[in-house]
Amino acid sequence: MEYIIILIAAVFVNNIVLSQFLGICPFLGVSKKVSTSIGMSGAVLFVMTIATLVTYLLHQYILVPAGLDYLRTISFILVIAALVQMVEIMLKKVSPPLYQALGVFLPLITTNCAVLGVAILALGLENVSLLKAVFFAIANSIGFALAMILFSSIREHLELANIPEGMKGVPINLLVAGLLSLAFLGFTGLV
Amino acid sequence: MATAINQKQNFLKGIIKENPVFVMLLGMCPTLGVTSSAMNGLGMGIATLFVLLMSNIVVSLIKSQIPSKVRIPAFIIIIASFVTIVEMVLEAFIPFLYEQLGIFIPLIVVNCLILGRAEAFASKHNLLSSIIDALGMGIGFVIALTVLGATREILGSGSIFDIKFVSENANTFILFILPPGAFIALAYLAALFNRISIPTK
Repeated sequence: MEYIIILIAAVFVNNIVLSQFLGICPFLGVSKKVSTSIGMSGAVLFVMTIATLVTYLLHQYILVPAGLDYLRTISFILVIAALVQMVEIMLKKVSPPLYQALGVFLPLITTNCAVLGVAILALGLENVSLLKAVFFAIANSIGFALAMILFSSIREHLELANIPEGMKGVPINLLVAGLLSLAFLGFTGLV
Repeated sequence: MATAINQKQNFLKGIIKENPVFVMLLGMCPTLGVTSSAMNGLGMGIATLFVLLMSNIVVSLIKSQIPSKVRIPAFIIIIASFVTIVEMVLEAFIPFLYEQLGIFIPLIVVNCLILGRAEAFASKHNLLSSIIDALGMGIGFVIALTVLGATREILGSGSIFDIKFVSENANTFILFILPPGAFIALAYLAALFNRISIPTK
């Protein structure tokens, strides 16, 4: 039950992109086509889950016992950067088709604040355990994928719309994101 | 080449022509996430300005020592060190702001604005130009965040810098301090900025 609540909260109520504002750069940057946003979501799911797993272990078994809690930010970002690089190299060898699909998005993920954000937020969960932290990461990446795919489908339609000169480009995209976020606001109070 | 840069132009480009938020769309997460009031926007802007300035200085000073293959990780470590400093200083001296900004303080590390300036500017230019570039970009960022924060605060809570100018039980557009308001307010500010800056080009 607790896990279902985490899932619903992360996907709908506190959607990572639309209400927590993490991962806005890929959300606005690579959402022009549905296919690229699916690729990006896959890469995020992959990296976010592994990153949260590793940073949780690092925090629980190295930083906290050694009293080095203040090194959290610097050590997490290093781990994530190294991890992304490693995942890239491994994918290239182990599964070329998956690398083909996710390859271009992987380097972008190092500076995706959603990954670092979720790794830090997971530590603040109630009665956090390894399983819960990893599940939290998966739930959040599903939320990311949902927002990303919805937004890119709307943007594909916008290509054909007649938009006032001043609103073209960035402003109209932000406005669409705002309306999407407004729709998600309707889920408030669900859990 | 470095000395040929017009320093005044170098400073001003960050504020208007290449404004990090309204034009280049860098650092959008903190821009949208913390600007529910003018004070938060200003605080976040100044924290980012500090990190940007220090990392530009350090990167510019040691750029010849960093092998180009590992330059990105090296930049990230430099940035992360300064973010840790900011985090500890805020927690110790301005706990109120530390609470308000929350997760977005450690996330300054992944603010693309800072890494972007280190990579695109500080690693190629001398110390003085890098400092001026950081100041221009940083102040452009502070202005953008404060304006967005103030807009949302005025519309959403009927106050500015926590000074209320409507009566206690007046109806305000609460939407603007909620998450959707961030997107909508920024959309119109960006449109306005487009409108103002395009004819001057």
